[in-house]
Amino acid sequence: MSILEISNLSLSFGGVKALQEVSFRVPENTITTIIGPNGAGKTSLFNCISGFYKPQQGTISYQGQVLSSGIKPPRRAALGLARTFQNIALFRGMTVLDNIKLGAHVHMKSGLLSALAYFGPARREEIAVRRNIEQRIIDFLEIDHIRRQPVSSLSYGLQKRVELARALAMQPTVLMLDEPVAGMNREEKEDMARFILDIREEWDITVLMVEHDMGMVMDISDHIAVLNFGQVITEGLPADVQKNPEVIKAYLGNSDIDSLRKKLNPEGVAA
Amino acid sequence: MRIGDAKQTYEADEAIWTTSTQKFWFGLSLLFLLVFPFMADSYLLYLGCLVGIAVISTTGLNILTGFTGLISLGQAGFMGVGAYTVAWLSVNTGLPFPVTLLLAGFMAAAVGILVGLPSLRVKGLYLAIATLAASVFLHFIFAEWESVTGGMGGLSLEPAHLFGWSFQSDFMMYFVIVPLAVLMVLAAANVFRTRIGRAFIAIRDRDISAEILGIDLLRYKLMSFALSSFYAGIAGGLFAYFYRVVTPESFPLSMSIFYLAAVIVGGMGNLLGGILGAAFMTLVPEALKLLTSALTPFYPNAPVFMSPMLEIIFGALIVGFLIFEPHGLAEIWHRIRRFFHLWPFKN
Repeated sequence: MSILEISNLSLSFGGVKALQEVSFRVPENTITTIIGPNGAGKTSLFNCISGFYKPQQGTISYQGQVLSSGIKPPRRAALGLARTFQNIALFRGMTVLDNIKLGAHVHMKSGLLSALAYFGPARREEIAVRRNIEQRIIDFLEIDHIRRQPVSSLSYGLQKRVELARALAMQPTVLMLDEPVAGMNREEKEDMARFILDIREEWDITVLMVEHDMGMVMDISDHIAVLNFGQVITEGLPADVQKNPEVIKAYLGNSDIDSLRKKLNPEGVAA
Repeated sequence: MRIGDAKQTYEADEAIWTTSTQKFWFGLSLLFLLVFPFMADSYLLYLGCLVGIAVISTTGLNILTGFTGLISLGQAGFMGVGAYTVAWLSVNTGLPFPVTLLLAGFMAAAVGILVGLPSLRVKGLYLAIATLAASVFLHFIFAEWESVTGGMGGLSLEPAHLFGWSFQSDFMMYFVIVPLAVLMVLAAANVFRTRIGRAFIAIRDRDISAEILGIDLLRYKLMSFALSSFYAGIAGGLFAYFYRVVTPESFPLSMSIFYLAAVIVGGMGNLLGGILGAAFMTLVPEALKLLTSALTPFYPNAPVFMSPMLEIIFGALIVGFLIFEPHGLAEIWHRIRRFFHLWPFKN
């Protein structure tokens, strides 16, 4: 069963066709990855799903319901669609803890009056959220040593991890990750891959990810969709996608099969 | 980083004051504020009341400009709304002053929401101009709606009364203004340790990510405007009871700039900064005047020489602070605190 279903989605900016009749499914409780060369429309697709772009045509169904363009980003967040950004979108001046707490915003209820008074309902809610964040998220992502630090003072890899923590605090059903390991070193990538696998298995969250690192994509994905020039070339299991000649062409633009195999399947080359 | 302040509970970790030193200094400041009116002469009392009013209004503007990132030049206008509400109510109804003050706050908040409506579309300097237009418009209403505001002559009101007490003297007003100021600053501090305050800061720092986290921008921007103008309305109401006359000229545009300067000099997005900024902006011109009169016995023509210099010195002080400490007086305070954390073992 698919939790997210994109059908015939088209988006253009002026004359530029960012997405052309894109259709694919995200099966529930899988790690689904969208791959494709730069400018293929991967991030545009994410922006359509989270409600920043309004596609001219096509539908996005989430849990069997069509998300009309009238459903704005905050509402989609409340429905359980969380995401991270390619260029980290944390609040740089705030501490790690405050950033993560902001993720829980939609699940909190305190109004202005109880916030002004603090003692009473607002405090109970704040403490409950704090406890949940500390015990479930900070512990899980191993960022307890930096919780008091402002985000701007952290390394790139840690910032990515904090952004993931913030998205988890939203208690999502579908977690969209835009290039979660871009710019990371090997160790950081391995950590992130482990977190993503755990999120799927222990938290029962469906992961939809855009990523360029083929090693990681092929290792952890259950389902892959390949996008090129705004169109879906193919979708399927990692092993099938790797062999697809269309994909090979999209990535290389010529018939240099060997170097492609190397790129798509680094493990195979090593073996 | 602080050492030796490990906490046992999340409640203790989320408190406003997390160390005993901080609690000690807060208690000492409260004690000072309590004893001050009994020691001070009438001039100092007058200044104390002025600082109190300025702290309330600056804290309000700090919520809007410092924490939510929405520049406003309408603060004096909102104070005017509060002051006229109090004046009109006290002339035309017999409501006790806590009620009129509260209504002044709500009235200003309502006007604030209206003025804030464009803030979803316009930001930065454009919003400053939009709020400037609103304050000109409010000034026009104060001056022309004679049946309610008394026109250019304004409104005069009786001293505040409650339970047979008359709040006529500065001494009595001090005990209205200063506790209110303390309470309102604490309430603002509370807001910034809950979801509401975090949402404000999120909007200031990066409004697109705020939206992706489920924060409704218009709702929170209007909430910030409402809260900020509520503070302005209360400050304006206190202003009305303090001077007991309200005219359109009581709330000129320069007053809005005064408050914006107080927020910036004190430290944007820092509540302590708002307090320090308000005190600085109110007291430094007075201190410079005192300096002038202290010099007069030695240089008989000091007043002639100094009076035009005062404005220049005041302006230069503001510019100086901005150059040497762009994060405001609050940052200077934090630096002093950090110095004493490990003093005398490290400096």
